[in-house]
Amino acid sequence: MKYKTKEKLISVGLLSPTIIGLGIFVYGFIWRTIRISTIDWNNITNMLRGIENFVGLDNFRNIFTSTRFITGLWNNIFFLIFFIIGSLTIGITLSVFLNDKPKGHFIFQNIYLFPMAISFVVTGTVWRWIFAPGTEDFPRGINLLLTNIGLENLRWGWFTSTEGIGLFNFALIAVIVAAIWQFSGYTMAMWLAGLRGIPEQLIEAARIDGASKWQIFSKILFPMQKAITLSAVILLAHIALKAFDLVYVMTGSGPRNVTDIPAVFMFETTFRSNRYSDGAAIALVLLVLVGVLIIPYLVHSFREDS
Amino acid sequence: MRKIGLLAIFLSLALVFGTAGIAEANEVEIFSWWTAGGEEDALLELIDVFEENYPEYEVINSAVAGGAGAQAKAVMITRMVGGNPPDSFQVHGGAELMYTYVEPELMRPLNDLLEEWGYMDNFNEEILEMSTHDGNIYSIPLNVHRSNVLWYNVDMLEEHGLEAPESFDEMFEVFDALQNEGVTPLALGDMNRWPALHLFETYLAATLGPENYNALWEGEVGFDHPGVTEALELLDRTIDYVNTDHASLDWQGAAELLVEEQAVFTVMGDWAEGYFRSVDWEPNEDYGWTTVPGTEGNFMVITDTFGLPVGAPNPEGAEAWLETVASVEGQDAFNPVKGSIPARLDADRDQYNVYLQSSMDDFSEDALTPSIAHGSAAPEALMSSFEDVINEFITDRDIETTQEQLDQAASEYF
Repeated sequence: MKYKTKEKLISVGLLSPTIIGLGIFVYGFIWRTIRISTIDWNNITNMLRGIENFVGLDNFRNIFTSTRFITGLWNNIFFLIFFIIGSLTIGITLSVFLNDKPKGHFIFQNIYLFPMAISFVVTGTVWRWIFAPGTEDFPRGINLLLTNIGLENLRWGWFTSTEGIGLFNFALIAVIVAAIWQFSGYTMAMWLAGLRGIPEQLIEAARIDGASKWQIFSKILFPMQKAITLSAVILLAHIALKAFDLVYVMTGSGPRNVTDIPAVFMFETTFRSNRYSDGAAIALVLLVLVGVLIIPYLVHSFREDS
Repeated sequence: MRKIGLLAIFLSLALVFGTAGIAEANEVEIFSWWTAGGEEDALLELIDVFEENYPEYEVINSAVAGGAGAQAKAVMITRMVGGNPPDSFQVHGGAELMYTYVEPELMRPLNDLLEEWGYMDNFNEEILEMSTHDGNIYSIPLNVHRSNVLWYNVDMLEEHGLEAPESFDEMFEVFDALQNEGVTPLALGDMNRWPALHLFETYLAATLGPENYNALWEGEVGFDHPGVTEALELLDRTIDYVNTDHASLDWQGAAELLVEEQAVFTVMGDWAEGYFRSVDWEPNEDYGWTTVPGTEGNFMVITDTFGLPVGAPNPEGAEAWLETVASVEGQDAFNPVKGSIPARLDADRDQYNVYLQSSMDDFSEDALTPSIAHGSAAPEALMSSFEDVINEFITDRDIETTQEQLDQAASEYF
């Protein structure tokens, strides 16, 4: 009995710094953000004086009637979908090829993973140079390349284009390409780690039974890697929602907000306009979106564990 | 290995507590966002003057990097909220000072100090007005930038046999002539949004005139004024003459187009001159300037000022710093290096270059209009909603809707 109490005390003692830290810096601040999103802190005076007038859902009404927020939300959704599809496709393809251990696979593995080690700020700056369209007479970046190889017709405005189909803005393509470039290597590494754990005999057996490469992939590898693919999707999705740095550095919010995302709008609302309550409301919408993605995953893995 | 780790911890602790221990009453903390090349040099010049005149104090230079102070302002507000203000800090005169710091009663009035030093009458009255609320002066203006300047590439203009325009009609004629020859007339870089608003506000000042323009920010003239429509129409016409990749450039990228002979004109504040000089361009030989059409006799102004926050740890030191900022010596040490003109009218002209001298002449005579794109005319929340509205206008070019949106955004504040 005594030994058990002691053990309990030790475990509580060891856990408490984390619990207190998380309690204050995560849940405490989430609660604070919820509180701020329901009061009247849309100017600095109220914030500094601590005047807290409850305004209900007014701040949410402000942001949901803002065209910039709605555009940004749709942009973010499209960005998320294409970014995940692109990173998974490229990442999985690369990992399957590398898993056959071709010559020099070790080097390629590192080359593909390398972009992940760079911060979005650096990626954003470089891709901004690459995709900067220049003008008709003085093209830059890719447009200059296209001109030099005689493909002038393929030149377009990249991230400055204001065209689109329905709610999808073509300008996003440039940002999506940059993000995929950065994270497909990461997806590859995750998949590769999983592939290495699949017993060789299994594949061998399938081969003997006459399965084609595609059948091995779609009937054996992909189903066995379901958990890893799901983890990758969750990780990539939350990166997409927090792609603030990439967008902020690479394109800004763009002409008519074609490359805006709520994270950038939140930053500018809060720290440039000093509209703290509107900013808190945007932050909460983002939190809910991340929650929608992550909570089912957590529930799922929790059930599997128990 | 473990010993080295312990040593490292010990040393960093010693550093933290050690420096805290040394902090004495003779340190003066100066907060600014001057960290880039020329700016920082200018600040250091000013600090030199201060430490020479007041050897008993030592400056702690806490500058936060970031263009136009976006990050620095966030840090500053955090420090104010946390009750940890510096001794003196850089702030734009006008709305930024009033709405962010004076209204929440975070600043100390400085009238008695200015009178004690005998500097009250040495400043341009209108510039002091931008630091004044209810008769109290809350900050000392150090420098002045002009924003309604039309810069051009002298050689290119000559090559096409054209002259710098003085009216909008002339401007569009020149633009047409250039465009017919396959040259981009006007460079714009509005990736960061404000340069488009910057262009628009100079047009506003032109179509409304200084009096009505200033009355906009008092709420006496509404944004439904026909002058606003006219400014939007001019902007709409102008967009046809702008480089197509404007959304991928910042203001400096636009100025670079002039240097690379890819465009002839650009509208930018006179910090662009600092850029031209940095690429070894000579005034009147390589780059020329004139006011934006219709704004002659009108000085669109951005002023950096220093104030004294309530609760400054070393108010005597801050007062000595402000005296340096307000003195001719201080202003003449800082401004020629920064590439701006002094807020005082009795500075030594010979220390300034050709452009700055011409700007000094205009400054002493012209009507001053505060810039909205740089936070001098209106609260920052209005500034960023205007940025958004004008950003959409540049693409959609819907004059009626835009004017309604401007009016609606402004009605929340005035």
